[in-house]
Amino acid sequence: MTYPRDLRYTKDHEWIKAEDSRGRIGLTNYAQDQLGDIVFVELPEVGRELERGEVFGVVESVKAVSDCYSPASGKVVEVNEKLLDEPELINKDPHGEGWMIVIELSDPAELDQLMDAEAYEKHLEEQMQ
Amino acid sequence: MSELRRTPLYECHLRYGGKMIDFAGWALPVQFTSIKDEHHAVRKAAGLFDVSDMGEVEISGPQALDLVQRAVTNDASRMRVGRVMYSPMCNPRGGLIDDLLVYRLGDDRFMLVVNAANIGKDYSWLRELSGQFPRATVTNLSDEVAQLALQGPNSEPILAKLTDADLSSLKYYWCQDGVEVAGVRCLVSRTGYTGEDGFELYCAPQEAPRLWEAILEAGREYGAVPAGLGCRDTLRFEAGMVLYGNELTEETTPLEAGLGRYVKFNKGDFVGRQALLKQKEEGVRRRLVGFRMIDRGIPRHGYPIVVGGAEVGVVTSGTYAPTLDANLGLGYVPVELSAPGTEICVLVRGRQLKAQVVEIPFYRREEGKR
Repeated sequence: MTYPRDLRYTKDHEWIKAEDSRGRIGLTNYAQDQLGDIVFVELPEVGRELERGEVFGVVESVKAVSDCYSPASGKVVEVNEKLLDEPELINKDPHGEGWMIVIELSDPAELDQLMDAEAYEKHLEEQMQ
Repeated sequence: MSELRRTPLYECHLRYGGKMIDFAGWALPVQFTSIKDEHHAVRKAAGLFDVSDMGEVEISGPQALDLVQRAVTNDASRMRVGRVMYSPMCNPRGGLIDDLLVYRLGDDRFMLVVNAANIGKDYSWLRELSGQFPRATVTNLSDEVAQLALQGPNSEPILAKLTDADLSSLKYYWCQDGVEVAGVRCLVSRTGYTGEDGFELYCAPQEAPRLWEAILEAGREYGAVPAGLGCRDTLRFEAGMVLYGNELTEETTPLEAGLGRYVKFNKGDFVGRQALLKQKEEGVRRRLVGFRMIDRGIPRHGYPIVVGGAEVGVVTSGTYAPTLDANLGLGYVPVELSAPGTEICVLVRGRQLKAQVVEIPFYRREEGKR
């Protein structure tokens, strides 16, 4: 699997996409594959301030509960309410329709510290060995 | 996972894309494609499970029946040869050592099928009890037996393609020994742990891969799929079947767990009888109940059950239930909170989420449907 070039990635398998001063955030394809069928999503309130690395939500598969960590600091300006009824969107389209939140970035430079697609693919390879 | 034990079907699982996990020290597939898809396949068509991790203990000899009667709480005395019976096995305090299936394979020969995690414990306990019954022999056959479970409404036509035996006349909770299925000699029983019609097949370990392949091949036109532990758990859960280690432990009794109908006080003495009789006379203080979440959230094993701000019980199993499309749980609550309709709360990540006690089983297959 090749990962979208316009996203940045964390070691915990979240992605973030820069959209001007905002960042759209979701789980990577690897994360959804590891979790299996996602059946429940808990999202933050709009307006909540997130620190980088802070838990912003929870996804639950049939068997497991996982925290989601924010790849960057900022204020939540949008959440994907569709996931409340269709959590399986994260399985079907993790880097697209399965996005989770959008934040107003407090420091866009934070994104430079995250992995690009190439580095993330390498990280996955190492993890699987 | 190199230190994990492998069933004879390990290579098959890898070939079918099984996602392997550690289950009671065994490497077994949690899923092949998706827990939800496999769950629905079993409810609507058929699924094939590897349950070779389960243990088989044979009890034979002139005092075999006496030993079985002493060890388990259900009554084996009226079992005809070919009959299968579910039973708790208790310690002297009435707590559950295990829950198991008793197969009567002959007048003086029984096979107990026990949970993988309890094989060592059960075998030692039965050996200890057999001291009082010198003419009963206890043998652990677990390493010499593989077990496959074919579950779902299409199980019968699939097996019919592979055997000359008339399995349509094999009734629920009966077994037949020496059945040739795809040329493999099996003990076949009409039993299962999914709430659907189905069969469990016991064979020699070296024959198991051939049997596995033959069943999947024959089952293809009937929508049969390989199925993993993940859906085994959601299927048994919906059908209200208890799981040792979750609902059942050494500290819970069959009466608390809703298994009272499998405790036969009038059959003569058995281990735990006194303690259970006392509990029955005094009345149980807590009871296993099913509940459905009202608020959004999934109850999980170990989450506290809270009423009026106080912790009153604990969730033993909980999940999203694919057939019912609801978040459901099982757990112990004080008897006064056990009536269907009672509102309780489950503590999920620090928040009290509302739930309502409902009848178990959550799911029952249609009347008349095998």
